[in-house]
Amino acid sequence: MNAHDRPQPLGGTIFTRPVLALAVFAGMAGLLIVWRFIVGLGASTALNDGYPWGLWIAFDVVTGTALSCGGYAVALLVYILNRGKYHPLMRPALVTSAFGYTIAGLSVVIDVGRPWIAYKLPFFWHWNLNSVLLEVALCIMTYTVVLWLELSPAFLEWARTSTWSAFRRIGNFGLPVAEKSLLWLAALGMLLPTMHQSSLGSLMLLSGPRLHPLWNTSLLPLLFLLSCIAMGFGAVVMESALSAKFLGRKSETDMLAGLGYAMLPLLGLYLGIRLIDLGVRGQFGPLFAFDMYSVMSLIELALFAAAGVMLLTDRQRRDAGNLFRAAMLLVLAGALYRFDVFLVAFQPGPNWSYFPSVTEILVTSGLVAGEIAGFIVLIKLFPIMAGEPRTAAA
Amino acid sequence: MGISRRSALKVMAAATATMVGTTLGVHQTQAAAVVPRPDAVGMLYDATRCIGCKACMVACNEANDVTPDTSASGGLWDMPLDLNEHAKNIIKLYRDPATGAQSFVKRQCMHCLDPACVGACMLGAMKKGDKGIVSYDPDLCIGCRYCEMGCPFNVPKFEWSKAIPKLVKCELCRHRSQGPACCEVCPVGAVIYGKRTDLLADAHQRLAQNPGRYVPKVYGEHEAGGTQVLYLAHVDFEKLGLPAYSDEPVPRRVRTIQDTIYKGFVAPVALYGLLAAVMLRNREKPDSTKREDGQP
Repeated sequence: MNAHDRPQPLGGTIFTRPVLALAVFAGMAGLLIVWRFIVGLGASTALNDGYPWGLWIAFDVVTGTALSCGGYAVALLVYILNRGKYHPLMRPALVTSAFGYTIAGLSVVIDVGRPWIAYKLPFFWHWNLNSVLLEVALCIMTYTVVLWLELSPAFLEWARTSTWSAFRRIGNFGLPVAEKSLLWLAALGMLLPTMHQSSLGSLMLLSGPRLHPLWNTSLLPLLFLLSCIAMGFGAVVMESALSAKFLGRKSETDMLAGLGYAMLPLLGLYLGIRLIDLGVRGQFGPLFAFDMYSVMSLIELALFAAAGVMLLTDRQRRDAGNLFRAAMLLVLAGALYRFDVFLVAFQPGPNWSYFPSVTEILVTSGLVAGEIAGFIVLIKLFPIMAGEPRTAAA
Repeated sequence: MGISRRSALKVMAAATATMVGTTLGVHQTQAAAVVPRPDAVGMLYDATRCIGCKACMVACNEANDVTPDTSASGGLWDMPLDLNEHAKNIIKLYRDPATGAQSFVKRQCMHCLDPACVGACMLGAMKKGDKGIVSYDPDLCIGCRYCEMGCPFNVPKFEWSKAIPKLVKCELCRHRSQGPACCEVCPVGAVIYGKRTDLLADAHQRLAQNPGRYVPKVYGEHEAGGTQVLYLAHVDFEKLGLPAYSDEPVPRRVRTIQDTIYKGFVAPVALYGLLAAVMLRNREKPDSTKREDGQP
C-alpha cells in the first residue's frame, strides 16, 4: 500500500474558531432540548393534532438519513459493483453517515412524547409486526450501531499507535477482529438502509386517504429508495468538494466524476418511474393545474431533471464546479420530495396549519452544526481521510 | 465490466421489477370486506334526533376524568373547538351557508373494524381489544404520534400541554360495565350503545321506515373498511366531517406491500446472503478498476 493512500489523521489544531462556533451553536441547541423536556412539545414546537409530525421528523429523520446514505451508496459501488478505486471515499462517507444517523436517532428521542418507554422497543413480544414505524425504528437503531462498528478500524488503528499501553492492547487485539468481521458488517450495512429507506416511504402509505394524489402512490417505497441512493452520492460529492475547499485537501475530481456517472441511472430510473406512475394514475392534469401542489411537484421534478442534465457528459462531470452544483440540486430535489410527501401532500383538514417554531429550527440547525463540528474533529484526530488522493488516471 | 457487476445489476433490476409488480398489483386486488368480530359493540348516532344539548360531553368528561377545555370561553365553561386533549367526545353544529339547513354531529373515535392507529402502533399501545373496542395502553406508548398520522378521522389527540403526555381518545368507556356514559345520558336517544349487528339492523330499519328523513346510507357500514360507530343523518356526511372513504380499510395497502416484501423475513435474509456472496466473490476477483497497489 502506498503511504500516500493510507487514511491518516489530518492533525492540526482541533478547536479552531469555526469548530468552536459550531460547538457553541450545538450547545445552545442542547439547552433548548432540555427546555423542550421541561415544558413539553406544545410550548416548544408548532406541532399540533393536525400536523403531529413536523421539521424534526421530515428533516432530521427522513431527509437527514437520506443525506446520510453516502456510506450506503459508496458501499454499493465499492463492494457490490466492485469499483475498488472509490475505496478512499468510504471512510469519510461512513463518518457523515454515522453522524447523520446518530442525529436522526437523537431527534426521534426529542420528538417523541414518551421516550422513556422506548426501552421496550427490543422486547419482541410487544412487537406489532404490521407497524412500518417499528421496522424503521429497529432498522435505524441497528444501522447506527453498524455504522460506528464499520468505522471502528479507524479508531482501532489510532489506538494501536497510542502512547497508552491499554489503548495499544485494545487496538492490537481489536483491529484483526474488526477487519475479519468487516465483510459481514458491510453486508448488513447495505441490507439495513435498503429496508428502512424504502420503509420511510411506506410510512406515508398509511396516510393514503389524506395524502394528495400527486404523491399518493404505492411506489413510495421504491421512489424513496432510488432517491436516497442518489442523494447519498450527492452528499459524498458535496462533502468531498467542501473538504477540498475548506480543509486544504486535494480535489478528488476523478472519483467524484465517477460518482456523477453513478447517479445518472438512478436519476433516470427515479424520474421514469415517477412520471409513468403519475401517468398511469391519471395525474398529469393535476400536475399541470399550477396550484401549490402542482408547483411543488414541478419544482421537485425540475430539480431532479436539471441535476441529470448537468451530469450527462463526461466533460460536465469532470467540471468540479458543475458537478458540485449538480450534486447540490440533486440533494435539494430529494429533500424537497421528502418534505412534499411528509408535510405538503399530507392534508389533515382545512383548520390545520404548521410552520416550524423557532425552537424547532434552532434545534435542527444546532444538531447539524454539531454534526459538522464532530466530522471536522474526527477527521483531524483519526485516520479517516486517505492521504493525497491520486488525480492521475486510475 | 465484471461478471459480478453484471449479475449484481441484474439482481437489482429483478428486485426493482418485483417491487413495482407487487406494489402495482395491490391496486388490482379486490380486497375482501372486513368481517366484524361477532361480539363487536358500537354506537349508533342519529343526527336527526340530536338536539345539541351536549350532556354527552359533560358525561364523557366525568366518566373519563377529563379536565374541561375552557380556553375558548375565557376560563368559564367547557368549550372545546374540536376533539383535543381535553375532549374525547364533541358535539358540533353544521349550518349550510346557502340554505340554512343545519345538523349536529357527534365526533369521537369510530372504532374502525381494521384501524389505522392499531396498524401504526409500534408496541401495540393502540389495540383492538375486547368487543372490538380500540383501546389505548400508555405503558406501551412511546408518544410517536404515528397513530395520529394514520387515523383517517383525525381522532387520536396528543397532550401537547404536558411534559409527560399521553394519547387521548374515546375507548367506548371500556372501564364502565354499563357502557359509554354519552349513550347513558342522551335525553333523546340520539346516540345509543349496543352490538354492532343490532345497531346496523336498527339503522337500516329507520332508513326503511322514514325514507325521506335521511340520506339513504348508514355511514360506517363500509367506509374505511367499516367502523363500529355508525351514523345516520339528513345532511351530506361529508359536510359533517365524515369523508366519503372507499370500502378499503386504511392499513390494508401498506400491510399488503410489507407482507409481500417481508413475508417470513425470507427476502431480507436472502438479500443479506446475496450481498455477502457478491462481496466474497469480488474479494477473490479484483476488478479492472481496482488500484494497482492492491488496496481493497
